Amino acid sequence: MKNLVEVKNIKKNYGKNEAVKGISFNIKEDEILGLLGPNGSGKTTTIGMLLGLLKPTSGEILINGQKLEGNRIEILEQINFISPYIELPKKLTVKQNLTVYGKLYKINNINKRIEFLSEKLRLENLLNSITGELSSGQKNRVSLAKALINEPKVLLLDEPTASLDPEVGDFVRSFLEDYKKEKKISILLASHNMNEVTRLCKSILMMKDGIIIDEGNPKELINKHGRKNLEEVFLKLSRRKNEFN
Amino acid sequence: MYGLFLRHFYLITRSFPRVLDLVYWPTIQITLWGFISNFFATHTTYYNNAVGVILTCAILYDFLFRTSIGFNMLFLEEIWSRNFTNLFIAPMKIGEILTSLVATALIRALIGLIPAVLLTSPLFGISILDLGIFLFFLFLSLYLFGITLGILVSAGLLRYGPSFENIAWSTMFLLAPFGCIYYPIEILPEVFQKIAYLLPLVYIFEEARNILINQTVDIQNIYYAFMWNGVYFVLSIALFYYSFNVAKNKGTLINMGE
Repeated sequence: MKNLVEVKNIKKNYGKNEAVKGISFNIKEDEILGLLGPNGSGKTTTIGMLLGLLKPTSGEILINGQKLEGNRIEILEQINFISPYIELPKKLTVKQNLTVYGKLYKINNINKRIEFLSEKLRLENLLNSITGELSSGQKNRVSLAKALINEPKVLLLDEPTASLDPEVGDFVRSFLEDYKKEKKISILLASHNMNEVTRLCKSILMMKDGIIIDEGNPKELINKHGRKNLEEVFLKLSRRKNEFN
Repeated sequence: MYGLFLRHFYLITRSFPRVLDLVYWPTIQITLWGFISNFFATHTTYYNNAVGVILTCAILYDFLFRTSIGFNMLFLEEIWSRNFTNLFIAPMKIGEILTSLVATALIRALIGLIPAVLLTSPLFGISILDLGIFLFFLFLSLYLFGITLGILVSAGLLRYGPSFENIAWSTMFLLAPFGCIYYPIEILPEVFQKIAYLLPLVYIFEEARNILINQTVDIQNIYYAFMWNGVYFVLSIALFYYSFNVAKNKGTLINMGE
């Protein structure tokens, strides 16, 4: 499988504060890579750099073989992002929002794409609803539809199931698994839900204080650290003090 | 009760734009109305057709205000609705974002302007069309300056984040005393006159008054208005690109919606 995302020794400094201290990783086609770490570990900064919203202080990012630096627009056509911290305009209907983003991503047959996504994400009856009046679970599915409107090769997910009830959370996870398998896309999943990460990810990066402190398959990590589950591994690693610097 | 006072006190003391806001509005209002009062007290016969001239200038100023605020509103709405990040990760060039905002701001301004123009005739017997073909140039000049201010403020929002919002509302009022909207430039103190001559506004409003009162056209005023507009427009675009790069370095773009 080829690497769709290649991150080579990227660093990000905010003045004297080193938010990311030279990390490297790859995400293969048809792979979900988990990005774990306590708050302030550099996950959001890393995602920001992958999205071209942040300029790395040094290092290089390649998406589908193309350097992000200098090819931002071409690369943005191939990726998308979902986060509970960003929303779609609340006053627009679901269909209007999806149409706007279909146009922004220059999708040829927008209506067909919306129809496909609304069927897959159980949005058929919500297309004419006002986005701001939807429940969290419904909004989440609409955001996911927006994130898939351009058939991205790389999908960046920041807490995609935060604040969802277990049923909707499970639906979203199953959908992501199926979609990834069907379209062979790469997914970077930043999450604090360890069960979700264990279920979806074959490999995990553990970040702390701007560096990758451990990586591997969830089961391998659990065994390596002698813990019962990934949550315990997470707690063990995030409570260690500055021994990785 | 003291706790609630403290909550607002801490907020004000931690935000320079908020402190500025407290001082800014009274200062601007007093300055603007001081010049207007001074003018009317000393030049009672200046306007033969006072209502017509003042109303025409008010409509022109409102068009400028609507254009500039309209542009800022488009940008702010994306921040308020937490949609900002979605837009900046869409495959759009900065030039495309600016062009779409500029066009939308024009439509918004025209929607507000047309009813105002239509109302002045039946209500006051005045038509802004008395300015003739030069009305187009005056509007074009105001539109250019309005979007220039909009781009400058948006650059500030990119660079400093949502705390720059207060400045967005206040730019037009800051320029109002220098723009000589309701009085000729001679009313201003000499230092203010020097500043005013660096703005396209003074040429636009001087020319509007010149056409309506003297029934003559001074092309030089229109030329200077466009010249300064060109200078500020190019500067604003350059500043927007610069702010975008600074925002990419500082991380403002990812925190904007949070």
